[in-house]
This record gives sequence, structure tokens and C-alpha cells, in this order.
Amino acid sequence: MTQETTITRKQLDVAEIRERLSTDGGQEYWRSLDELAQSDEFAELVHREFPEQADELRDPVSRRNFIKLMGASFALGGLSGCTIQPMEKIVPQVRAPEDLVPGKPLYYATAYPQNGIGTGILVESHMGRPTKIEGNPQHPASLGGTSGVVQASILNLYDPDRSQTVKNAGRISTWGSFLDGFMQQLGLQGVKEGAGLRILTQTITSPTQGFLLDEIKKQYPKSQWHQYEPSNRDNYHAGSQLAFGEYTNTVFDFAKAKVILALDSDFANQGAASARYARDFAAGRRVRDGKKSMNRLYAAESTPTATGSLADHRLALGTGAIEALALKVAHALNIRTDNSASVDMGKHEQWVNALVADLKANKGQSIVIAGDHQSPTLHALVHAINEALGNLGKTVYHTAPIEVEPASQRDSLLSLVAAMKAGQVDTLVILGGDPVYYAPADLNFAEALSHVPYRLHLGPAENATSELCHWHVPESHYLESWGDLRSYNGLASIVQPLIEPLYKTHSALDLLAVMAGKAGTPALELIRQYWESQRLDANFATFWRRALHDGSIAGTESAVKTPRVSTPLALASGFAQMPGVEDLELQLRPDPMIGDGRDANNGWLQETPRPITKLTWDNAALISPATAERLRLQNERLADLRIGDSSLKAPIWVVPGQADGVITLNFGFGQKFGGRVSQDAGFDAYALSSSSQPHGGLGLQITGSFDRYPLASTQEHHSMEGRKLVRQTSLENYKHHPHFAHEGVHDPPDDLTLYNRTDHQYDGYAWGMIIDLNSCMGCNACALACQAENNIPVVGKDQVLNGREMAWIRVDRYYKGELDDPGIVHQPVPCMQCENAPCEVVCPVAATVHSAEGLNDMVYNRCVGTRYCANNCPYKVRRFNFLLYTDKESESLKLQRNPDVTVRARGVMEKCTYCVQRINLARIEAKKSGDKISDGQIATACEQACPTESIVFGNINDPKSRVSHYKASELNYGILTDLNTRPRTTYLAALKNPNPEIVES
Amino acid sequence: MAQIFPRSANWASKASILAVLLVAASVLGMLLNINRTHYVNQVNIPLDQPTPFSHKHHVTGLGLDCRYCHTSVETSAFAGVPPTETCMTCHSQIWTEAAMLEPVRASFRDNTPIAWNRVHDLPDFVYFNHGIHISQGIGCQTCHGQVDQMPLTWKVNSLNMEWCLECHKNPAQFIRPRDQVFNMNYEQPADQESLGQRLVAEYQVETRQLTNCSICHR
Repeated sequence: MTQETTITRKQLDVAEIRERLSTDGGQEYWRSLDELAQSDEFAELVHREFPEQADELRDPVSRRNFIKLMGASFALGGLSGCTIQPMEKIVPQVRAPEDLVPGKPLYYATAYPQNGIGTGILVESHMGRPTKIEGNPQHPASLGGTSGVVQASILNLYDPDRSQTVKNAGRISTWGSFLDGFMQQLGLQGVKEGAGLRILTQTITSPTQGFLLDEIKKQYPKSQWHQYEPSNRDNYHAGSQLAFGEYTNTVFDFAKAKVILALDSDFANQGAASARYARDFAAGRRVRDGKKSMNRLYAAESTPTATGSLADHRLALGTGAIEALALKVAHALNIRTDNSASVDMGKHEQWVNALVADLKANKGQSIVIAGDHQSPTLHALVHAINEALGNLGKTVYHTAPIEVEPASQRDSLLSLVAAMKAGQVDTLVILGGDPVYYAPADLNFAEALSHVPYRLHLGPAENATSELCHWHVPESHYLESWGDLRSYNGLASIVQPLIEPLYKTHSALDLLAVMAGKAGTPALELIRQYWESQRLDANFATFWRRALHDGSIAGTESAVKTPRVSTPLALASGFAQMPGVEDLELQLRPDPMIGDGRDANNGWLQETPRPITKLTWDNAALISPATAERLRLQNERLADLRIGDSSLKAPIWVVPGQADGVITLNFGFGQKFGGRVSQDAGFDAYALSSSSQPHGGLGLQITGSFDRYPLASTQEHHSMEGRKLVRQTSLENYKHHPHFAHEGVHDPPDDLTLYNRTDHQYDGYAWGMIIDLNSCMGCNACALACQAENNIPVVGKDQVLNGREMAWIRVDRYYKGELDDPGIVHQPVPCMQCENAPCEVVCPVAATVHSAEGLNDMVYNRCVGTRYCANNCPYKVRRFNFLLYTDKESESLKLQRNPDVTVRARGVMEKCTYCVQRINLARIEAKKSGDKISDGQIATACEQACPTESIVFGNINDPKSRVSHYKASELNYGILTDLNTRPRTTYLAALKNPNPEIVES
Repeated sequence: MAQIFPRSANWASKASILAVLLVAASVLGMLLNINRTHYVNQVNIPLDQPTPFSHKHHVTGLGLDCRYCHTSVETSAFAGVPPTETCMTCHSQIWTEAAMLEPVRASFRDNTPIAWNRVHDLPDFVYFNHGIHISQGIGCQTCHGQVDQMPLTWKVNSLNMEWCLECHKNPAQFIRPRDQVFNMNYEQPADQESLGQRLVAEYQVETRQLTNCSICHR
């Protein structure tokens, strides 16, 4: 049905675009290839805000039936207006908990496990229902910001597809009967000292889980613990082994770094420390508060990432070239390796020389960081480079590892599979994850698994692995179970539950306790016992309360180490080898939203446009325009990808800024046993992974086809047609032309209006917002925070294809300059809250009107759905409920909804309200105490989540507020202000800090 | 052929036109006013409750303050309905055998809450906050009537938007000194208009803002 409902677009010819760009100069900023080419199809898309509006009238309900139904519902609708409101109940507690005030949320500190590593969060609870996640300002991994993935993790708790009972061979069973059988198995293993007992987990940093695993090992000395997850840190750890001969963990202080080199590292957007790193990095980047200096980011990466889009200098390189670049830098710093042959970077020679000079000039104030997927040798080289630059102890710290067992997960999985195939495994306990789905394809994990007589799977939902296991035990969400975690620097946090398990679920800790002979000891007790035994405080009761309150346990950071890199470094064979022009490299990477697939059933994440590609609901083979041209591949056509013996059909998506000869495919999609959200979403990239190349490699063959596969990308939706919306210049130019953002732009005078100006006098609070484009990396944390806070529904792929996604704040991504190596600027666009709002004057029922504080109020219960307002909105920020998008059926989803925000029904327009519920609450509290609302007291959901502090909200009538301070900056500009809309949301123009030595080609 | 209708039948056709108009107007009027009727709004209709709780007995008879049970009325949006424990502070000592109180004892014994029937129920798109009304000098009685005289509780006002706006447009008509908010027998002084104006200014009630949509709808 997808194929039928979308408009058929003419295929783009990259050569044609290139020619047009060169002849008419193209546009300075562009959003998509279609726009760049000014194709007829693009004109069509722009012309209609919501293309193909009459879709529902076509199928499957005929137009005639539709009108009949409409008539009936009209009549019933009229009648229902005259009935008595249905009776509601008030159900007070029997015994009221001490701190709970009905109608007021409570906040608890806990920690979110990101690939096993903790991030401190605060969770908002309404009458016992966790509804929203915020960063924990006291936790170093967050400092108050969160990534979008953390925001969306609340939805996993209420996922209607979660498994709810223990299952035995697909049939409903009970925990009790499971325990009976399991204890029997353990008894048998006890006799054999556990020779046939294997445990497979994902990365574990939890000290208590580590302790229990030790206990298990003591009881079953021959048992073995394996760990594997696709987004592991194997290469990093192997790199430490190479460089130092020991395992380490590296922590960066981006706040102190003036020059940063990111080698295929999306440090600001991915990884357990990304929120912290993004905040520190953005602080060094920001030109406000009188600061006129910026750090400088060099990025060499294969596919454009959120972090890379902020780079001052970005090179799109394949893995070999990235390694060569690192080697050249190392040579320039006199780092001894076993390969001293000079490296030729070809046309990038001058770029690298300038980079080296810059790094040398900033010794002790620079950072070189490599992505987790890069080779161990590169990681070792990066350690050596940081050491040679004198960064250790200043911007780069090595500590003891944070994982309980940092050993190679790939080797661990290989040995498990070998043992299974050899029939040495009697009992396999799989704690979390889906190895059947994500283990490298050549291992044939499913087949190996069939040799195991007793297979147990613990997981939040049934999946490909549970399908092949005898027992499936549903796993508790982290918000409903006790636990502990270490964060990026080793700081431990207690994971405290916000709610009793919704279903009959158990945590990994529960199962480990059973195996360690502590069955029946509650997880809380295990955690308390462990931490009591650590004797960190003489008074355990005080210690415990403080640990829960603060969300972290002070003093548990991993010890800082000062290992020295042992030189000369032995480089792996093939390191820094440039592939031939014809060679194709395949890169398999975790998806920026759904990761390795664990969040694939999360509709919020599936529907959030990926930072650069703006794809939703699918992954695609990302390819550069030049390579696509060379291989005659076209957008949205299925291609056959073949590497080694594996092959996969996936659609092509041309990405400007992608390295030539590199095809990137994201993990996490194409799950055959997924839930209702993940089903049919994308293509299973794990089919192409192998145990020798889990993240892809050279030797890819690709064959195009004419089969169309529509991809739901939002990059052309809600276009504002190439007006001067994003403004950017270099720091140097800004210093000489501080008013550049206003040059050539006509801003009407403030008093230009036909209306009586006394209508709207803002003498109280006047809310305004400023968005700093300088530090926005397009990560979408704001959009996901908004979705959680404002009960925004998910619409599905077909509706996204129709341009009907509901996000109240969208992040527009603009390319600048040439096709192959464009600059990238992100621009989040929420409702501008115009003082002269064009939407208000056209509403026939006054459902959108102005408030005394300058908000453009939206009254859902008054809206009749004419959509005139959306038509008249120049910013295209209004969203219409074409259908009943809100899931009103699934009981569990109701628990997530914010009780302070109306749940919208079909036929209603909605849009950003500056989180008016938060404003009202603050105003009420201020009035009750007789104070004024102070600056920073209200944070909108987007502002609160933003890891880079790019969004600032406040009272523009208060000259001391941050927002008025920033609005006074020369960098401040509004978009489409020539329409005299007088937007309350304005932007700080983006700046780049290029190295004058590097002349951009 | 003779005319079927005599000339005098003309009045009937004229009357029938008038009648149609009248009927149409009255149907329209009925449709408009049906939502204002006490029946539709359930005004003045006492609701049955699991235990027939009498405000009259507890407030007028025993002198309990509103806030003894409605604890969060000053701090939260929701005034709060007491947990069973609150009832049992007294009823574990007095009337311990009363059949009428069995649901309360059962709730306490079995740890199952009592499900009260909601008397004042706003639509879900309306966000009313008790705390701010209390702090700005709107008495309980202004909206809830003489609850202290009600053996079973009922609504005395429609809670229609029209009714809300009556006060939001001009709170001076209803505002009272803060120390009189919980006084169920408060009588408006003769100079309410001038007292109201004074209190509105003193309590910094921003009347202009009170009719903004987002004050109640969001």
C-alpha cells in the first residue's frame, strides 16, 4: 500500500544537478537534492503543505461509504452533546504516602543504562506513573541535558508489545514453574561444577551484577560468562591493550579543549557520555556572554554525523584514509611506529599539515578522539597522539575500566558459539539482548543454539532469540527494577524503580541471584548488601539516602591512571591502506536513534528523522552523490549489497557529504520477530556482518535495480522555500562585520501595524526564546523531549510520506555549497509565537488567539479543523490530526501521557505552546508565594533536554534575563521577519572557526 | 368546481407558517438551552456515594475545617479527597460498629480504596487549579455553595465555561479577603464592588490575563 499512496518522483540525475549548480550558481543553502535541482516534483511538494490530501477518500473506504459514515457520526455527535457527563470516580489511597500530594509530580533520581553504561536522570512521576525523563543536573554524565534516546526510553516501559508473562515453549507459564525447572538444571550443573553452564549477557558495569557473577563462578567453577552486544567497545579496549598493555577507560574534558580532531567519532551524539561531551564542547563553541573565541573541530568521517556537522573542517574519508590521516599526524608528532614510510594524503595534504600545526600550537589543550568502530590500531595511535600532545591529565584522562569485564566481546561470543556447536553447553542463560538477530551472520547463532538442551532468555519483549529458547522470562524495565550502574567515568549510581513492575517481570539481577543461590532475596536487598559491604560511609542509612537522592555515589569514580604508550607501535597489516578507486567499503553502524535495534519497537525513535539523512522508519544504503553517479544508482531504488557470502537488498539514499566509495548501512532494522512498530521497518544490516568484520569492510559489491522502495524522509516537508533562514559566517568575518546576520535583510519597523497597538501591551511577562545555531548539532533531543512532554502521537510511515508527521519542533538540516562536500547547518523550528501572528486572523472560530504574555494560544477544544491557520503560517509549524493518531486503545500507553496537557483527537490543529503548562505552573507558584518568576525557573521541555544548551527561554521584558541578553546580540535574527510577523523565537547566527591555513576547495 | 378551501382558510396557512417558524425557533432555543439545564449539568442533584458522607454533620455539626480532609487545596491543583486513613483517625474510635461505615472499615481492612463518585467533574481539556483560587481570595463557598449544609454532596453551579467566565471577566464581584476563604457563612458586604476592586489590586489579580485561553486550556 505504501507504494500506491506516494507520489511518484522522477529520478534525479546527479550529473544534471551538478551541471545546474555550476551554471546558475545554485542556491547558497539547500535541503535536498530535489530542491537543489529545482525539480518539478520539488515544486509540487512545496506547493502543497500536505501532499495528497485526499488519500483517505480513495481507499480502502470508498468515498460514498465515507460520507455515509460521516453523516451518521454527525448525527450522533450532535446527540452526545446533550447527554449528562459520564460518571467519574475519585479513588484516594487507603494510606497516603508521606510525600505524595495529589496533582503534583514528584521527581526521583535514577540512572539510564545506555549499552550497560549509566547516565544520571531525574524522572517525573505523576501519582506513581513515571511520565517524563529529565537529565540529572548533579550527575556528571548529564549535567541536566539528555540525549533523545534517553527521552524516548520512557515509552519502552509502556510499550504494549512488552512480554507480560513467563513462557515455556511459546505457552504461558509461571515464574514458579520456571524456577522449579531451572533449579533442577542448576542442581545438575552443581554436580558437574557448572561445566555445561553458560551465561550470555550484554555489557555489564553494574557492581552488584559483577559481584553475583563472581559468586556464581565460585559455586560453578567451570561455568563461563560471555558477553556480547553489537555496539561494544572491543576496538577501544584492544587499542588500550596495544598501547598500554592493560585495559583502560578514557574520559575527555571538552570544556578545556581548543582544538579537537574527531576520527569517525560522533562523540557529541552517541555513547553514554554524549550529553556531557556535547555540553562541554558546545560551551567552548559558544560566542555569547561576551566570549569571542571558539574551539575548532576537525572531523574526518565516512558518513556525516551530528558531531561532524558542527565541524569547522570536515573531510569525508573512508576508513583507510582516516587511518592514514591519523598515521600522518602521528608521524608529524614523532611517534614511533613500525611503519615510518611517509603517508601521502593526496589533495588533503595541506589540510592535514594545517591540522598538525594547529594541534602542535595547542598542546595540552587539544583532544584527538576515535570512534568505537575504528580499528584497535587507530585507537592505540590516538592514545599515542594524545600523549605526544601533552593532553593527558589536562583534557584526556585514562582511568581503570568501568566494565566489570572489559575483555573482547567478539572473542567471547566466538568461544560460546564454538562450545555450543561442540555440544559442551547444557544450560544457556541469555540475559537480555537478541543474539540470534544480531550475532554476526556467519556464526549462524541460531543453529548453534539448537545444540543446547536448556535455553533460557530474559528480555523485555519476545524476539528472534526467545523464539528459539525453551523459556522466556519477561524482563523488567529499568524504571521498575532495582539495580546499579557505572557511568562513563566509573561513577556509580543506584537505579531505583519508579513503579512496581507493570507485568510479571523480573530483572537480570533476580535471575543472577537465583543462580548465585540467593533465590528469594529481593534485588533491593542485594544492592543494599553489596554497597553496605563496600563501607563507603560509616553510617549506611545516611549513605543510602544520599545515594538515592543525589542519583550517584560520590567517590566511586574509577581511579585515574597514567599509563604510558609503549612505542614503537606495531601497526596492524593493512592499516592506513587506501583502497582502489573502484573498491567499495561497507560500514555497518548502529542507528543514531534505535541503536543496535533494542529500541526498534519505540515509535518515537522510529519516527524521529535521523540527524542528517532525515530518514524515518527505515534504514538505507547511504551513498555519496559521486559514487551513486559512478555506479548508476538512484535514490529509493532497491540495490543488492553483497559482501563475502552474504547479501541483502536495501534501498539507496544519496547523502551529500558521504565519503566516496563508502556505503553506510545502519543496524537495528528488519527484525522479523519485532513488535508492531519494528515490524516492516527497514532492512536487517546484521545479515551483512561477519565475525571477522562485524562492522563491515572492503569488498562490497552493489548492483542496482529498478524496484522502487519509498523512503519516508522529512527533508522536504514544511519547506520555507530557500529564503534567508539560516545565517552563518566565519568567526573572523563576524569580528569584522558584527552585523552580518542583518545585512541585506529588510526588517520592518517595530511600530508597523494596521491594528490598534493598545490591543496587545505586554507589560507583565513576555515570553521569548532564542536558539543558538552555533551549537545546534541536530540531534533531535528537543523533538523527543517535546514528544514526551506534550503527548505528541506517532503517525507511521505512510503518514510521514504524506508530510503529516506531528513533531512540534522540527530540526531543519541545510546543506551549504557544493554537492560532494557541503557544509551542514541545523535549524530547530518550533512555533515562533509571532506577535502579529498570521494564523490568528484567519481562524473562523478564534481557536488560536493571543495571550497577554505574547503566547499564541492554541485551543484544541474550540478548533473545528479548517486548517486555515496552517495554510497561513509562513513557518509551517502547525500540525493537523488528519486521523486519530493518538492511540486511545492501548491501556499501557495512557499511563505515559502528561496529565497537564490535553490529548488531542482527530480533526484538531496543534502546535508548540512554549510548554504553556510549565509556564502556568510557575506563574501559579510565583503568585502564591508573592514572588516574580525568576529567570531560568521555567525551562521548556526542549530547552531542558538540549545537551548543548542551544535553546534558551525566558522573559524578554526582564532586561537581566538570559534571553533578552542574547536577543541584544548582533548575532540575533528572526526568520521571515520581513513579513512583519515579529516572531518571539529568534536565532543566534551560526559561526564557524575555520583555520586560515586551510583554503576550502 | 367550487373551491375546496373557503376564503377563510387563508388564516390557517398563515398560522401554519408562523407555527413552523415558532417551532423552529423553539427547537433552536431548546438546543441552545438544554446544556444549561440543571438536569444536564447535574446541578442540585445529590449523588449517591459508597458511604453516605455528610458534610453537614462533619462541618457544621463537628466543626471540622475543610482542610482537615482536603489537604492539598492550598498547594495543588487538586484539592484532595482524603485517604481512608483520615476517616479512620476518628472512626477507629467512634461509631466503630456502624453499618453505614462498613465500606470504610472494609477499605482499611482490605487495603482497597473507596471509589467515590465525582461530584465536580470538569472536562479533560480544562485545567483548574484550586491552589491559586484559594490564594487569590475565592472562597470555597463561591463555587461549591453551602457544602456545610449538605447531607449528601451536590453541585450548585453548572461549571459551564459561561459560569467560569462570569468571575474571570470581573473577579471583583466575588473576591473576598484571604482570611475569609474557608468561611462557609461569609456574606458579601454591601460595598463588595469597592472591596472587590481593592482586593483585586492588592492580590495582584491580573484580570486582563484571566480570559486568556491558555489560562485554563492547554
